Amino acid sequence: MGSQVQTDTMIRLDNVAKVFAGASQPAVANLSLDVDRGELVVLLGPSGCGKTTTLKMINRLIEPTSGRIEVDGRDVMSVAPHELRRSIGYVIQEVGLFPHRTIAQNMATVPKLLGWDAGRINERVAELTVLVGLDRSMLERYPTELSGGQQQRVGVARALAADPPVLLMDEPFGAVDPIVRGHLQWEFLELQSRLGKTVVFVTHDIDEAILLGSRIAILNVGGVLEQHDTPERILASPANEFVESFIGGERGLRRLALRPIGEAVVSRGPVIDITGTPDEAVRLMEEHGVSWVGLLSGDQLLGWVDASEIDGRPLAALTPREFLVSLRSDSSLRSALDAVVTSHARMAVVVDDGIYRGMVDLEAIAEEITE
Amino acid sequence: MILAQAASSLFDWDWVGRNIDSIWRRTVEHLALTGVALVAGIVIASALAAVAIRKPRTYPTITAATGLLYTIPALAVFALVAPLVGIGTVTQRFITAEIALISYTLLILIRNIVTGVNGVPAGVREAAAGMGYSEGERIRQIELPLALPAVMAGIRIATVTVIGLVTVTSLLGLGGLGFFILDGLRRSIIFPTEIIVGVVLSVALAAALDIGLLGIGRVLTPWAREGDR
Repeated sequence: MGSQVQTDTMIRLDNVAKVFAGASQPAVANLSLDVDRGELVVLLGPSGCGKTTTLKMINRLIEPTSGRIEVDGRDVMSVAPHELRRSIGYVIQEVGLFPHRTIAQNMATVPKLLGWDAGRINERVAELTVLVGLDRSMLERYPTELSGGQQQRVGVARALAADPPVLLMDEPFGAVDPIVRGHLQWEFLELQSRLGKTVVFVTHDIDEAILLGSRIAILNVGGVLEQHDTPERILASPANEFVESFIGGERGLRRLALRPIGEAVVSRGPVIDITGTPDEAVRLMEEHGVSWVGLLSGDQLLGWVDASEIDGRPLAALTPREFLVSLRSDSSLRSALDAVVTSHARMAVVVDDGIYRGMVDLEAIAEEITE
Repeated sequence: MILAQAASSLFDWDWVGRNIDSIWRRTVEHLALTGVALVAGIVIASALAAVAIRKPRTYPTITAATGLLYTIPALAVFALVAPLVGIGTVTQRFITAEIALISYTLLILIRNIVTGVNGVPAGVREAAAGMGYSEGERIRQIELPLALPAVMAGIRIATVTVIGLVTVTSLLGLGGLGFFILDGLRRSIIFPTEIIVGVVLSVALAAALDIGLLGIGRVLTPWAREGDR
């Protein structure tokens, strides 16, 4: 992927440097970086690595000291800053919604600057509301009346309002609590898979980078590019000691986070249709060496019953208990591993939209890792 | 001239009835002196605040200078300005009075404008720039509206201050409600009704304008109220 000749570059940084007035060290030193159309590149690094400076040079909030930056083939220095910025979405950690404007007015910011008529703006605001999963009732409220997560959804909607091909995001999910952050990350991934924007995303969170990035650019202090590759390859073969120490331990686990469960890991497991006989259920438990069995009705998983509860009774007459944790086929191997090690039965069920797919156990995951 | 009789009681309602036209005229004069001072004060303070915001190094000098003006007693300002402007004509006296009044509004107004604009969260400013607002658009559409609650608070304080000071400008023969206070004191026998009318009306005027401005501020900044947690 990364090593192919890139014919469709959306953003190109060519030998870009930034030295702030009065600083002895450059914030960014001779950085060259290409971002393909439709790709989500994460700028990852410790504080002081110039990742935010690099991002802000793309929309000219900061102007480079030397070098050249192109967006869609245009030298950014050849475009008036406010025009350039209206064609580039921008999302920041502080969100920065305008407190004196309603949510609808906030979303309409760039269309209004671009002079769209009221009808077109209203239509677009309605679309955006659905797109980022906000309730229509929020449109007439003011930003302070929304939760942090809702505010950031509005922030993303505002950035997408004029449908810019490029989106710059500076730790956009950094200020919300971990649970909301997880939701926002998944929502954004889903959104991005539909919209296919070219995204440059700044974070210092390695897990966020792995989850979101199609490629990750790891920067060292002073804006030195240490490695620019897919998350998979950065984890598998860090380019140098800096990258290795920055991505930290648990590299094996982090790689698991990149892989979905998939077919190979899933086996049918000790399950039996409720039309089966008690004897068959007992035999199944013996085969699997367990003292419980999962009950199916067609392809629906009803739950599980303990061996002692069967006692010769017809399976359909039993009251099965629910599996506490269930995974989806597209859940990551890392979450599967977590589910397995925390479950009493050392197994986790995989269910897609109510349809039983099978079970995952430790052995299957281990096999997948060593593969 | 005011037709007055020796007061038999502390407050002579008949006097009020007989002089209602004069009371109305003095009130209007009072409002006019106040209004001119405020409008001019806001214009000058905005200009100085703009300088202070663009060149933060100038801010201490600007607050020191206007702070000094604020500490000089009103009478002393008249005494200082009068020889420069002259007090021969009504216009000269009017200018003298206004210079004094305006000088008292500046510190309060400048401080509140600068605080208001500088209080705009950095994230909001950055987002506005990132969305593609030009600097002028950003100041007019984002920063000034957001500074409005602080600015309105400054205007309210300045208004109340000026209303009080206008009573003193009567010394220059410019009318206003201070006229009654002065006139009441100047008689051979002090006439309380006239003094009370002057004092009560100027206090009532200050209170009414304060509440009115508070209301205007609320209407202009609906977001600031609903944002209160």
